[in-house]
Amino acid sequence: MAVTEVRISIHPAGLNPKDIAEKIKEQFPDQVIEVAEFRDQVSVIVKRDQIVPILKYLHDDPLLSFDHLQDLTAVDYLNKKDIRFEVVYNLYSIKYRHKIRIRVQVPDNDPKINSVVPIWAGANWHERECFDMFGIVFTRHPDLRRILMPEDWEGHPLRKDYPLKGPAPENEWPGFVEVLNRSKELKEFEWEG
Amino acid sequence: MLIDTSTVGLVEVEEGTKILPPNVIITTLDKFINWGRLSSIWPTTFGLACCAIEMMAAGAAHYDFDRFGIIFRGSPRQADCMIVAGTVTKKMAPVVRRVYDQIPEPRYVVAMGSCACTGGIFRTYSTVQGCDTFLPVDVYVPGCPPRPETLLEGMMLLQEKIRKEQARWSPWR
Amino acid sequence: MIRKEAEKIFETRELNVNMGPQHPATHGVLRLVLDIDGETIVKVTPYVGYLHRGIEKLGESLSYFQALPLTDRMDYVSAMSNNIGYCVAVEKLFGIEAPERAKFIRTIVGEMSRIANHLLWLATHALDIGAMTVFLYCFREREWILDLYEMICGARLTVTYPRVGGVRNDVPQEFLDSLWKFTEEFPSRILEYETLIDQNRIWLLRTKGIGVISAEEAVSWGMTGPTLRGSGVPYDIRKHMPYDAYDKVEFEVPIGTEGDTYDRYRCRMLEMRQSNKIIRQCIEKLPTGPVMADEPKFTLQPKDMMMPITHPTKEMAYFIDEKKCKGCGMCLRACPAKAIFGEKKKPHKIDQALCLQCATCFVTCKFKAMKIIPGGKGLSDEKLAELAAAPVPEEITKAAEYLVRQFEFVKKGPRAPEGELYVATEVPKGELGFYFVSDGSGKPYRMRLRAPSFIHAGCLPRLCIGHLVADVIAAIGTIDIVLGECDR
Repeated sequence: MAVTEVRISIHPAGLNPKDIAEKIKEQFPDQVIEVAEFRDQVSVIVKRDQIVPILKYLHDDPLLSFDHLQDLTAVDYLNKKDIRFEVVYNLYSIKYRHKIRIRVQVPDNDPKINSVVPIWAGANWHERECFDMFGIVFTRHPDLRRILMPEDWEGHPLRKDYPLKGPAPENEWPGFVEVLNRSKELKEFEWEG
Repeated sequence: MLIDTSTVGLVEVEEGTKILPPNVIITTLDKFINWGRLSSIWPTTFGLACCAIEMMAAGAAHYDFDRFGIIFRGSPRQADCMIVAGTVTKKMAPVVRRVYDQIPEPRYVVAMGSCACTGGIFRTYSTVQGCDTFLPVDVYVPGCPPRPETLLEGMMLLQEKIRKEQARWSPWR
Repeated sequence: MIRKEAEKIFETRELNVNMGPQHPATHGVLRLVLDIDGETIVKVTPYVGYLHRGIEKLGESLSYFQALPLTDRMDYVSAMSNNIGYCVAVEKLFGIEAPERAKFIRTIVGEMSRIANHLLWLATHALDIGAMTVFLYCFREREWILDLYEMICGARLTVTYPRVGGVRNDVPQEFLDSLWKFTEEFPSRILEYETLIDQNRIWLLRTKGIGVISAEEAVSWGMTGPTLRGSGVPYDIRKHMPYDAYDKVEFEVPIGTEGDTYDRYRCRMLEMRQSNKIIRQCIEKLPTGPVMADEPKFTLQPKDMMMPITHPTKEMAYFIDEKKCKGCGMCLRACPAKAIFGEKKKPHKIDQALCLQCATCFVTCKFKAMKIIPGGKGLSDEKLAELAAAPVPEEITKAAEYLVRQFEFVKKGPRAPEGELYVATEVPKGELGFYFVSDGSGKPYRMRLRAPSFIHAGCLPRLCIGHLVADVIAAIGTIDIVLGECDR
């Protein structure tokens, strides 16, 4: 059980995010739609057909070596952009200390995208949460079902057209309606003081 | 032969309780049983969210719960109180109700924290706006989270409530 | 024939056991369904979501300042670190920087919350495994830290002390003295805990070789924090992407070798000692200066900036300058006491008897027709008109600026530039990431919280395979999950 000193400086072989974006463009020229930059963070927007080969390239390439999937999430751009959903992958390389963000556009009428669980095992629960909250289906996922909401919940809460306070009382989740009915039935046995 | 209580030596300590020194106490069954119950409220551990940490702190050494006779029991079948500490979500509501149903009578519910009382700051699709929508609550302890002293005050209020109960022990109420 | 009969009688099946949401050892509302063969685990299926409160969706309807208390309730065991993560992310989004003193103070409270978190982790982990005395000892120290929190900001658990642009208020000197005394006594307390369990035979049997995971697998599963460092991977965001004052203090990061529960335990115990060291260095190096950045577009100053106007003893009077008033009626509609009267397009007047001196009309007026007259309470309208003609003192103008800014921020929120960013900070449990998408308004368009507990709870099946039922409890303890963060 050692106590080692982890150096604080940027790794000498670490790449600039813009150079990483250039490398992706070289390798997959017809897949990259746009490269955006904000506050020194670079996002590469790609098409969704070859997303697994792109991410596998980023993971396996010895000079890039993106071994840590920091975050996998989705954003709903209802009425703001033509294509409604965007799945966002935030990647980081522990070895070289550089990072990049990949954004993939997923349309509303066919919300499917390939799963990246074969590359990073930790993407399993991330993808289940995206499915639960947005309704994006990840094909070839080992076990795609709801994770945060109850299994038989209807609707996808983080979509922009889902109300914050939840469905109207008539459309309440049946599990909760059951609890309320049960408490009404058993009310006669409660102590009145 | 009935005892004639109008003779000398009987001291009335409080209303309804008399002591015949040195060691005979005459009181009502209500007072006696209520005193037994309030001095040993055993809650079942039901910490859901942040308030659970303050409940644990109230049970630890600094603000001791044990001196009130309050010992946390793991199983609801061996408990007589339930402190709902934390946010109740719709997914968790059936579980809360089931645990409450498993506690044998006489049972009490303390709603600890804003989320258990009224839903707190979470007015969203998945939060139940107060556990009193499906549970009968005896004491509401507000705060986000309430300090351990506030929870102790809440338990003492519960003790007062138990003290005033009448004939809860009897089968003919 | 007899053999077949015997096999039928002694037929074994896998047993399906539910470790329900209500359980003394599940650190909150976590439900596990165990498939066990005798006593050995074959498969573990965790069910989470029993504490899903919709924080991400709620954050989309609140301004950046209002969404700060929501982050307190995520990892409620170490509330300061969540707030610091949020503030660092939003500051980067706005493009502002906290002053030096605020950075050092945030480092101090961040490390205090790391100690508090590890103490609670040790208390519950040891309690589950059976060492009950450690629970009471750890809570004794934790009470000391919570008392120190109360000294600076008034709250014990859900603090909201770090704010966007700095911290809420300056720390008093007695806090620093008290904290110094704490850091002198704390190493001996850690020694007490270690004496109780470090070389204890039962502890070693229950934690060595349990939940072993190799370095590559741990990284692939997305683990971070001490859970990952126990397997030998040197990933600590305080060293990789330093924020606040972490690049100005010296500290070491404990890295394990075996990747089992015992190594993760040792990592966290050594981290407590390192946190102690960091706090001492920060107290020694604490610079003087303001504690909140002075950015007119993005931060709120402490309320004493508005004291020249808002203090009750100042006896302010509010008066409409007839020459500038256009009669638009906005102040009339905004006044909560209905003290303004007048016709459209004609100069309005304030009824001094009804006026509450709340300054809403002052903030609403776009034509700068409202005058604040110090010492004018109770004077007649003619006298006020006289005083209004005199030039306004400097401090009143400045205080009035801050007042307007306060109203704007509380109503609409500071306007962030359009863009997206992801910022990660090292909380005691791992890597807490905030991904903001901003559309240029005062509310986040998408606020994503990447919680370490969520990822670690997903790794539970991998850690428990092949072990016994009692080791599941040790595994839950070692990944250090808190369900408020896991479910958000």
